[in-house]
Amino acid sequence: MRNVAIIFRRELASYFATPLALVFIVIFLVLAGAFAFYLGGFYERSQADLAPFFNFHPWLYLFLIPALAMRLWAEERKSGSIELLMTLPVTPWQAVLGKFLAAWCVAGLALALTFPIWITVNYLGEPDNGAILAAYLGSVLMAGGFLAIGSCLSAATRNQVVAFILTAVVCFAFLLAGFPLVQSLVTGWAPQALVDAVASLSFLTHFSAISKGVIDLRDLVFFASLIAAWLAATVIVLDMKKAD
Amino acid sequence: MLEISRLTRRFGALTAVDDISFSVAPGEVLGFLGPNGAGKSTTMKMITGFLAPTSGSVRVCGHDVETDGLAARRCIGYLPEGAPGYAEMTVRTFLEFIADVRGLAGTERRTRLDDVIARLGLGGVLPQVIETLSKGFRRRVGLAQAILHDPPVLILDEPTDGLDPNQKHEVRRLIRDVSKDKIIVISTHILEEVDAVCTRAIIVAGGRLLADDTPRGLEARSRWHGAVTLSLDGPVVLDTVRARLLGLAEVAAAETTGPKSVTAFARAGTAPLPAIGALAAREGWKLAELRPESGRLDEVFRSITTGRPMGASDA
Repeated sequence: MRNVAIIFRRELASYFATPLALVFIVIFLVLAGAFAFYLGGFYERSQADLAPFFNFHPWLYLFLIPALAMRLWAEERKSGSIELLMTLPVTPWQAVLGKFLAAWCVAGLALALTFPIWITVNYLGEPDNGAILAAYLGSVLMAGGFLAIGSCLSAATRNQVVAFILTAVVCFAFLLAGFPLVQSLVTGWAPQALVDAVASLSFLTHFSAISKGVIDLRDLVFFASLIAAWLAATVIVLDMKKAD
Repeated sequence: MLEISRLTRRFGALTAVDDISFSVAPGEVLGFLGPNGAGKSTTMKMITGFLAPTSGSVRVCGHDVETDGLAARRCIGYLPEGAPGYAEMTVRTFLEFIADVRGLAGTERRTRLDDVIARLGLGGVLPQVIETLSKGFRRRVGLAQAILHDPPVLILDEPTDGLDPNQKHEVRRLIRDVSKDKIIVISTHILEEVDAVCTRAIIVAGGRLLADDTPRGLEARSRWHGAVTLSLDGPVVLDTVRARLLGLAEVAAAETTGPKSVTAFARAGTAPLPAIGALAAREGWKLAELRPESGRLDEVFRSITTGRPMGASDA
């Protein structure tokens, strides 16, 4: 646990040593606000909830999270510092977890800084703050899921652009699993059980369930196990092609 | 103790390291020599546990690198090839990060940090970001992180590559300073380095171990070992000198090596210097210089790594 904390601190500091974290946070805040007010019709709906704000999060994350995750391992590979890190007395799990948590922390910070919109909606009306809290929780978990996918794909390449594109594509597939675009790829030839399994992986379905304020244990378990699985995959990928 | 047994690594069809075995005892500074692509770095990556061997094993201080990697890695300080670091970190935060990961705490942490910063002359660049450092400083930061926890085993992959002569000298002095009771393995393709710091040298080429000897032992394999060069004064026929030298039992060959100089190569196991001195006196040669040669490591290296006989490549 100590090593995880040390690696977490180093990684977090390096996010802020470069403009990356700042750019991510600013862009996220600007876009989240713009989408909620202009596309979501936050005022026009005249409802005291944050649905128009949270509804755009999956799409914001789709292209912002890969940018946050792409450097996690690809940069270590490119600069050769992976050789330094992996020959220090830390286990691959500690390194993967520490780095992932640092990236998640940046994403979480960006999300936390959207609090003015929460204050606004409380000033204008009387929203269900429990539901809003649940939606924030769902949003954080979804960001974690995207980041875990990005961590694994970043470990697979030394090129950050490749990592970005792969992550965006895989995240898109997870987002839309259960929707016709992705579902039509498996229906027709795969057994029904697989079709259902793919549909159950949908980020959108699980996220919209939580963001309506319904915290179902199954949705939480979904995101937690998805993160764990992709981090485990990161460890395996690192082990398989450490020196490439 | 560092024990490497039957270490092999293949990359697809390429065998980068082919059945290498050796062990190193505390106090030894082992020079790992070979041409580029000989398998030096691959071997070092396997010793430090970064790369898994295809077969064979590495034991560091009694810990198998494969099965007990964490304990083995604690015993090792490693400077990877090219001294990679975290570009955006300052020298100070980078070294503090390494100290934390190495589990140094309290006064020990402070004294160890102060010690390596002073030893490597990093005091002036502590607040500087690593990517803005010169190559020499970057290499020194890499060395600093390797010796920070005072490890019993030091693996240094080309520690002086790309440094200027003064920096090379400093790094070699540092290696000699810390070498007491430590196991140090240095890879290099610079032969003077072996003479300067190593107590033992291993030559690899094509992934195979070709020679394992002291630097002196390697030099003794050179045809220049025991050779004597005569520089003559006044009018003299070099052909006659050569013929006379060849008449000596200790001389295996005699070659003209300059406008007025002849070198006599020793027959293996003999020292022809006294006999040549006596011959010169008998013949009444006017000698400007009578110089005993020492073995030439570069020649031994070439002949071992290319498989050609000594002297064949020196024309």
